[in-house]
Amino acid sequence: MIPKRDKEAVGQRLLARFRQAGAEEIAPDILLPAESLLDLYGEDIRARAYVTQDPIRGEMMLRPDFTVPVVQAHMASGAEPARYCYLGEVFRKQDSGDIRPRNPRDREYLQCGFELFSRDPAADAEVFALFYDALQPLGLRAEMGDMGLLLDAVSGLPLTRARAEALMHHIWRPGRFSRLLERFSKPGVTRCFAQAGQAWAGLRSEDEMIRRMARLQGDAAVAPLAAVWTERLDRLFDLRAPAPHALPTLAELAGDMPAIAPAVARIEARMAAIADRGIDLDRVIFDASHGRTTMEYYDGFTFTFQADRNGWPPVASGGRYDALTRVLGKGREIPAVGGIIRPGLVAELEGAA
Amino acid sequence: MIRLGVPSKGRLMEQTFDWFAERGVRLSRSGSDREYAGRVEGAQGVALVLLSAGEIPRELAAGRIELGVTGTDLVREKLAGWSSDLVELAPMGFGHADLILAVPDCWRDCVDLDDFAAIARDFRSEHGFRLRIATKYHRLVRAWLSAQEVADYQLVDSQGATEGTVANQTAEAIADITSSGETLRANNLRILDEPPILRSQATLFANRGAVGPALERFAAQLGLEMPDTPAPQEAAQG
Repeated sequence: MIPKRDKEAVGQRLLARFRQAGAEEIAPDILLPAESLLDLYGEDIRARAYVTQDPIRGEMMLRPDFTVPVVQAHMASGAEPARYCYLGEVFRKQDSGDIRPRNPRDREYLQCGFELFSRDPAADAEVFALFYDALQPLGLRAEMGDMGLLLDAVSGLPLTRARAEALMHHIWRPGRFSRLLERFSKPGVTRCFAQAGQAWAGLRSEDEMIRRMARLQGDAAVAPLAAVWTERLDRLFDLRAPAPHALPTLAELAGDMPAIAPAVARIEARMAAIADRGIDLDRVIFDASHGRTTMEYYDGFTFTFQADRNGWPPVASGGRYDALTRVLGKGREIPAVGGIIRPGLVAELEGAA
Repeated sequence: MIRLGVPSKGRLMEQTFDWFAERGVRLSRSGSDREYAGRVEGAQGVALVLLSAGEIPRELAAGRIELGVTGTDLVREKLAGWSSDLVELAPMGFGHADLILAVPDCWRDCVDLDDFAAIARDFRSEHGFRLRIATKYHRLVRAWLSAQEVADYQLVDSQGATEGTVANQTAEAIADITSSGETLRANNLRILDEPPILRSQATLFANRGAVGPALERFAAQLGLEMPDTPAPQEAAQG
């Protein structure tokens, strides 16, 4: 067991590094309003937040993550470009299911983070290189992906708007995504609905149901997606290789799927910018599906640094979350990218070394 | 001494007494109906502890009783990591109930979970909040929906009269235990066309730490084989 004090010291060391990189330190509240913020997280965080009741402010939660409060703080008062860093605890329930792990994961643990609000296209490379350098001595496995690539690929399929949107909505849920894609690849089936006659009950209105039925019947007449598109999509989603080797495959796929060409150009430029910062890209894995297993608010570049330890979460993770700034900015948006390191895990790795 | 926890009232208690009687062990309440003390005849070194069914999982896990009769639903819901602490000795063949997800019967476009997931997404964009599922089985329902990759919902706590929440517009769907489905039908609710979230029945559980010669002797007397299951190993998790 590593004492909390030591983990805190590692956090302070990382924080100092982020400060040297030009970041201003901020300290968001631990108790945050739950109702509006919780909805912005994916199910994984939402289900794991500790929620409590305040007699005046209503439903509150113990901070499950820093990104949302940092974006809020920036939207309220920040000027761009802005760099922020922070160190503090986050709280997440760890429900192990039927088996109690011998070494349960912490319910409260430190995160040390860096967030960059900037329109500079090289922002991704700046953040990635900062994390890469800070973690270099630990020999972690660096992986990156790009959610924009996948979303553009889906959005570019010859599908109706409704079908494409349904797929994009479920891109973080691979099973549901595959089932939908399979359904869209077959001729539509006209649904037979049960006879009406039941008394109406509940808040969902009859009109909502009738509209969905009409959509389903209309959808049944849509021509199926040609198999070649599923193959291309599979090839894209399965792409996993050392970053320089992924580029030729991406370029080839962009030939078949013109919709991803801008994303591929962006990825290529990002990799060049990362290499310019002295990082050997052969040591970085590009995994096209990487972002599907990270936070749901990442909609562009994503990255993780993973230790070779069974059952460990990533030691560091991050990505681009432009859409989140749009939601929180109420009309104002600013490209943003950032990430966190878990000082507790760094301390454990350093202790074992 | 083996302390055997049994539900303190109702059909569950009677059926438990019958189950043990069929195996030559007579359990009874000592004294009046209001007293929660019990008697055991036909077995050595066994004491009867009458408890509310809902408390039995916790008492078992805490080691305050060595054996206990309760529903698998309660154990799995109330005890995170239950299989590290408890072992199932015997399903008892009564107290059958399924944990199910039910929607208003008037939702003619909602047959299975795929429909439900699509409706949840529509509901969220239409109403600006996530579709509410009333339940008291938070952990089981959440784990199941997560495994089935359903998003766009929220759980609202309902400790009783759950079937009424839809009519009262405090929830759009419910997840609850049912044996015959009658109460659901009476409240114009319909079970989704899916396997249940959990099939539950009354089960005899033992605390893992209490397994030893005395417990094995008692199990043999009941005609039960001690399952040869070491405590499961931890699984990877994030």
